[in-house]
Amino acid sequence: MLIHDGPGLTDVQLSLGQKIWNINWMLVLLISATAAIGFGMLYSVAGGSMDPWVKRQMTRFGMGLFLMFLVALVDVRFWMRYGYVIYAIALGLLIAVEFIGSVGMGAQRWVDLGVFQLQPSEIMKIAMVLALARYFHGLSLDEVERFRWLLPPLLMMLAPVALVLRQPDLGTALLIVMGSGAIFMMAGVRLWIFGFVLAAVAAATPFAWSYLHTYQKARILTFLNPERDPLGAGYHILQSKIALGSGGLAGRGYMQGTQSYLNFLPEKQTDFIFTSLAEEFGLTGGLVLLGLYVVIITYGIAIALRSRNHFGRLVAMGITVTFFLYVFINIAMVTGLVPVVGVPLPLVSYGGTAMMTILIGFGLLISVYVHRDVRIPRRPGDNV
Amino acid sequence: MLQPARSRYKAFTRRAALLGGMQGLLMSVLAGRLYYLQVIRADDYRTMADDNRISMRLLPPKRGRILDRQAVELANNQQNFRILFVPEHAKEGIAETLDALSRLVEIDEYDRRRIEREIRRNRKFMPVTVLENLAWEEFSRVNVHLPDLPGIQPDVGESRSYPLGGAFAHLVGYVGVVSEKELTGEPLLELPGFRIGKSGVERARESVLRGTAGNSQIEVNALGRVIKQLNRVDGDPGEDVVLTIDAELQMMVMDRLGEESGSVVVMDVHTGDVISMVSTPGFDPNSFNLGIDHNEWKELLADPRKPLINKPLRGQYPPGSTFKMIVALAALEAGVITEDFQTFCTGKVKLGNHTFHCWKKHGHGLQDLVSAIEHSCDVYFYEIARKTGINRIAAMAERFGLGEPTGIGVGGERSGLVPTKEWKLATIGEPWQGGETLNVGIGQGHLLTTPLQLAMMTAQLANGGKRVRPRLMYSPVAEEPANAKSGDKPAAKNEENKSLGLSEHALSLVLEGMKRVTNSPTGTAFKARIKESTMAMAGKSGTAQVRRISKYERDTRVLKNKERLWKERDHALFVAYAPVETPRYAIAVVVEHGGGGSSVAAPIARDVLTATQNRDPARTPPTGTVAVRRQEKEEG
Repeated sequence: MLIHDGPGLTDVQLSLGQKIWNINWMLVLLISATAAIGFGMLYSVAGGSMDPWVKRQMTRFGMGLFLMFLVALVDVRFWMRYGYVIYAIALGLLIAVEFIGSVGMGAQRWVDLGVFQLQPSEIMKIAMVLALARYFHGLSLDEVERFRWLLPPLLMMLAPVALVLRQPDLGTALLIVMGSGAIFMMAGVRLWIFGFVLAAVAAATPFAWSYLHTYQKARILTFLNPERDPLGAGYHILQSKIALGSGGLAGRGYMQGTQSYLNFLPEKQTDFIFTSLAEEFGLTGGLVLLGLYVVIITYGIAIALRSRNHFGRLVAMGITVTFFLYVFINIAMVTGLVPVVGVPLPLVSYGGTAMMTILIGFGLLISVYVHRDVRIPRRPGDNV
Repeated sequence: MLQPARSRYKAFTRRAALLGGMQGLLMSVLAGRLYYLQVIRADDYRTMADDNRISMRLLPPKRGRILDRQAVELANNQQNFRILFVPEHAKEGIAETLDALSRLVEIDEYDRRRIEREIRRNRKFMPVTVLENLAWEEFSRVNVHLPDLPGIQPDVGESRSYPLGGAFAHLVGYVGVVSEKELTGEPLLELPGFRIGKSGVERARESVLRGTAGNSQIEVNALGRVIKQLNRVDGDPGEDVVLTIDAELQMMVMDRLGEESGSVVVMDVHTGDVISMVSTPGFDPNSFNLGIDHNEWKELLADPRKPLINKPLRGQYPPGSTFKMIVALAALEAGVITEDFQTFCTGKVKLGNHTFHCWKKHGHGLQDLVSAIEHSCDVYFYEIARKTGINRIAAMAERFGLGEPTGIGVGGERSGLVPTKEWKLATIGEPWQGGETLNVGIGQGHLLTTPLQLAMMTAQLANGGKRVRPRLMYSPVAEEPANAKSGDKPAAKNEENKSLGLSEHALSLVLEGMKRVTNSPTGTAFKARIKESTMAMAGKSGTAQVRRISKYERDTRVLKNKERLWKERDHALFVAYAPVETPRYAIAVVVEHGGGGSSVAAPIARDVLTATQNRDPARTPPTGTVAVRRQEKEEG
């Protein structure tokens, strides 16, 4: 499948039929299967009812799927052309949240657009991938290795991160930083720079600690020692581990998950849905879902490698890594490996905004795949 | 131009392998973690999950009642009309609902603040107690308006009640919230709002009255909300305790004592049944049960008449002249005097450097044993006490059970004190002085007795010198109380009228003296006699000094009791039995700082003994026990 840049298509316009033909239907099937597992779990944690979650989640998935195809069918060059514009809009919205955002869940994250509520930090996750991919598309490897070329993308990354941190939403900020980091790495930034940054972060940790909110400190402290306060902040982690552990190898059986049904689990329909799954279906069920995710991620990486344009590769890799980060952080969180940071399990957790972000992301990934043979010059006017 | 692009792609591929590898590694970590939690530690977490889910709730048992001998309820469980509030259901808002409620029943400022505090603290579905112990009208008024008061829940609970109140406060005792010290590890005691006996019978018979707790296993969710009951084990309710007390007489006695600070004990001379045991002033035990008001508590503590002390058991007084029967019996038995022994009372007698005075300043003249009791001549008893010696007097007193707890089985009983030479050397470290024997001869000095001991002493004189110990409870069969202190031993069985080994003749002399006290016109308590001949009583007055009378005062004039401060007045005592010919009831009356025994205590004894004989509880079988048995049958 590895295809070197060679003579190829520069200004080819695919017909709609060709595009639809080119769609990676296997990926669409995997995505739908994962979402279906989500529906099943939402039905179970609602105590065997389509309400209040399953119906709405299905509607959202349907809408999300539609959006995904829409995005997938738009030419990848369009996304590249408007990469910065989308980024600018997302940044503007983030700034708007500062002033007009309504407070939800203890943090300013939402902006009410009348028809629906918008979570600009979610849009930013996609916009960041587009903007950084567009930027690095224009750089040669030599340029990437020079520090002054790294300053603009660094600023592009840090501006939204600072805004998200102010909301405060540590989880999203970390996702953006790590997702962007992945693009930096794929673009060819020297590895020692990552080492340097990691060291700097470690050194700055004590300083940053004093800037954290009390609840964030509590989360980290509790993570380090969940038994510190089993009925307080450590409660979530402990209850989640109890539910998981009591599921055993085969699980308690579908709809038999006492923990989630008795409400010991917090946010059982959102962040802790994996716990319910692993309680009811045991290790087997957990590994099946994990396997599905691995296959989806592998598809993502394959799509990145298959693309003939650098922008597409970076976008595909950025989206895939972001998706991976969601999966990893969420499961690591509910199994007590990392602190509780409010990251949903993609495609499975109840929640509209995250679902939209993920599906639009997959739209871009499929768009990269559909337009995999399109060549895009490094700078406008250059021949490829 | 192709070169950089080509190398860019190569770099991309290498990095993709690196990043993909990292992702694969991290996913493996997740899988490993799941394996650890769900396979290796599965059993631990399965156990923890069940703990999480199943909660045991204790069902407090219904406390046994306390009944008098005729099955009159002295302590029972009253329906407690309560109003609870579930904030979660308050559609109109919490403050609005409470406002609406306060238009129906009064909620004072203090309660309002407490309610709001509890609402803030608790989960929204947890009921908060708004008001307790409502009157039926108030309760029904709220019930009628219930549809307009979402969130308000009427509730009928149970709380301990003492329907006859103050007259039984000391005897029956009261219940209260378990204190830190009383926690024994029994889970029932840790139940919020659970109450245990704090004094009196409530405390002494706690183990019987309490019953055993049942429990219900319930499935709860994380917030503690009950999902369903899995299993329920009912406990056993506590057993009723039947007392020997006659409630009506008890209340009459309480009434008769009035404002005095004192004790009255009425006993059956044969069985030892305590028919009445009153301590004044009383207090309302119901206020303890509901949590006593701070001011009320301070007032009770500060009262010089010590309402909280159960005086018949815990009050220790010099018996004064009521002890003279013991001295007489000791002298006769020792053979130091005979029936004919006479002494001439001049009003005082000298021993060494000390002068001992008779209560009658100018003396009684020539006295023999019977007249000395009749007139309560102190000089006569100085003389025979000196002849008998302290240890023989003490031995006689101890035969009657003085100087040790009677074993009535209710907590905190004092033993009194019968001094001997050995006792003084051991506790005070000084040798016994001859003059002290003289003081004991008239029931003063170190000698101390409780009113209950005095009643028991009199009963044993009246029944012909047979051993009797007070009994307070018929049922259930006496057993060691769980929280007994030393000295709280349960009533020793009355060894069927075991004789004290007294000479019949000596006893008849003493009883003759006691008859004359109330029935001879020259007797000290003739004024307080019972005129009805079939109910006539025999008795002995006593006046216990609480301070030394100074030489100066004697030379001028001894202040009359009424002229002294209350605290400095003499204790008035009287012991008696009736009817004279076929004795059945013995009584001891002690009025603290009451003044003279014959003028203050004797009339009380007369009135109480008259009432006792009119009711004659000893002749009617105690139906209390029968009633209990009948009830048990019906319930069974």
